Amino acid sequence: MTQAVSLSAPATTAPSPIARAVREALFAGVISFGLFVLFIGLKSDQNIDNRLIVVTRWGTLAIVVALTMLGRFLFVGFLAPAFQARKARRAKVEVVSEAGFVKRNLLAIAIFALFLYPVFIISTAGLQGSLKWVDNFGIQILIYVMLAWGLNIVVGLAGLLDLGYVAFYAVGAYSYALLASELGWSFWILLPTAGILAAFWGVILGFPVLRLRGDYLAIVTLAFGEIIRLVLINWREVTNGSAGISGIPKIDFFGWFTFNVSDPNYFGKVFGLGVSGAYYKIFLYYLILLLALLTAFVTIRLRRMPVGRAWEALREDEIACRSLGINTTNTKLTAFAIGAMFGGFAGSFFAARQGFVSPESFVFLESAIILAIVVLGGMGSLPGIAIAAVVMIGGTEILREMNFLKLIFGPSFTPELYRMLLFGLAMVIVMLWKPRGFVGSREPTAFLRARKAVSSSFTKEGHG
Amino acid sequence: MAPNALLDVRNVETYYGNIRALNGVDVSVNQGEIVALIGANGAGKSTLMMTIFGSPRARSGQIVFDGTDITQMPTHEIARLRIAQSPEGRRIFPRMTVLENLQMGASLDKLKFFDEDVEKVFTLFPRLKERINQRGGTLSGGEQQMLSIGRALMARPRLLLLDEPSLGLAPLIVKGIFDAIRELNRTQGLTVFLVEQNAFGALKLATRGYVMVNGSVTMSGTGKDLLADPEVRAAYLEGGRH
Repeated sequence: MTQAVSLSAPATTAPSPIARAVREALFAGVISFGLFVLFIGLKSDQNIDNRLIVVTRWGTLAIVVALTMLGRFLFVGFLAPAFQARKARRAKVEVVSEAGFVKRNLLAIAIFALFLYPVFIISTAGLQGSLKWVDNFGIQILIYVMLAWGLNIVVGLAGLLDLGYVAFYAVGAYSYALLASELGWSFWILLPTAGILAAFWGVILGFPVLRLRGDYLAIVTLAFGEIIRLVLINWREVTNGSAGISGIPKIDFFGWFTFNVSDPNYFGKVFGLGVSGAYYKIFLYYLILLLALLTAFVTIRLRRMPVGRAWEALREDEIACRSLGINTTNTKLTAFAIGAMFGGFAGSFFAARQGFVSPESFVFLESAIILAIVVLGGMGSLPGIAIAAVVMIGGTEILREMNFLKLIFGPSFTPELYRMLLFGLAMVIVMLWKPRGFVGSREPTAFLRARKAVSSSFTKEGHG
Repeated sequence: MAPNALLDVRNVETYYGNIRALNGVDVSVNQGEIVALIGANGAGKSTLMMTIFGSPRARSGQIVFDGTDITQMPTHEIARLRIAQSPEGRRIFPRMTVLENLQMGASLDKLKFFDEDVEKVFTLFPRLKERINQRGGTLSGGEQQMLSIGRALMARPRLLLLDEPSLGLAPLIVKGIFDAIRELNRTQGLTVFLVEQNAFGALKLATRGYVMVNGSVTMSGTGKDLLADPEVRAAYLEGGRH
């Protein structure tokens, strides 16, 4: 009843949510103390004389109780009112208002922030301390963002469920690894080469599966991913089997300077900065950022072109597409090829960054993670997918950092091992809460008036 | 079997697996006509429509469009000969907006005539203009039908195939859609081949009509004659003997 009252007349009659939250938190504390005092507070153990003694763990108990109270406090004080407010807002008539500065320029601000990220990290953590943040968080996440954006073309736009995407990633990685180590070609030649090779394999995969859709397609692509991996393991003469290829050359900066300490034109020497591994990482960060942005740019452009529109129409209704004169065969093959090409780009970058590739890196789990990112983010939505990649990959990286959990669960607790558990939990929660992913709504590509970016045919004459 | 027909379906047989759905169908549509094909559920009307579009393919017989044998052509190439279709169940793109759906219809010309044509469609169906940025899936049934026909028209068709445009719609909307078809035929000389269960409305609209029973054409004649025919009246217009 009180809730109903507070809905109709907030602020005046209902008690302050904070006061209520404090009260409820105290209750929760008492209850959890009662519950856990025997479970956590006391523990029976054997001492040196083999006698059963009671060990007390008041500290742990206090932490658990405090966490419970904090959780209850936050939920009652902030979360529940927020949910209610949202409900009330939804019930009201939607008021159209001019979006604020931040909201209007969100994209530009986000990109700007990404470019400033290494600068910020270096200035706070120092050159050496920045390594972890730029490499593990920056580069790692951006690789997955790029892979997921590439897969998004196949799965999100064209609606072709591909469970073997990692195969193209592998093709790209091995192309760079082999050609760079054997022939000594530069990354800047091999990047497009890897993309073309991956696209070629995309078409090779595309041909036999043209007639398949949905689950059948998924099974065949899954098999394709495994075939590529098994070939990499067993074709020892070329790929060195499961031992992998090591000593893959680093990327140079168009020949002007390199990142090998022994080279005369080493970056640190050219600029008189001394020796540090961080330069290469920061360089890689900007490179993958640019590659990811290229992927996004191409995707956005393609969506507004006939082929992109055809992909989206294909996802919705294949038969209708054909009856409108669209060659669905070519449409599917281009989707596979372009999606694979970006996988190949990411793969060659990956090989250059690791300096080592082995079939271990291209297992089915990788495909599943990339697909999970696309689905969680919202199929077809670039910002949604980027958010999902940050949450998923950043989340697993953060787990490594959570050493304080050892204080609670004991020194043998390794948070990384719970990675997949949390991954699964997060997926279930997101799917319950937002079944279409973080950004589930599709952005239309055509508008009659406004927006000059649509296509030239719209802007030729004014419409009333 | 008219020698100069725009669309000529000659003795076509179509199978679903081993089940014969069409046994030797002959239908022709002349330039500038509205031809209606009526028949009960499961008579093979939609199958004929889909066979003309090459999916499923006719196992025997021949389909000729404007002198070109299209029997073995893939669907998208048939569409490129400017045969447009508003298929059974409308099949609009539900997550795309009205405007995007119409864009898809204009794929053949790469949107060259889009501005011009989209205005024509909006004149014909002003309701679509009101819904222009709305997703296809959120339209009402009648609006979806309008969109489906509008999308077909965006391809600048020489022959428009309509599969049950009245299906599941209120009588007033059906009348509006039939009026629109008549209007298109009168002002632009568009040739229309129409499949309908709503025999009365379809035959009133049509220049000529065919009656289909169990995969064969049993009767044909002008729309007026068929409407007056006692057997047609009994079977399709007055509750029926079947």
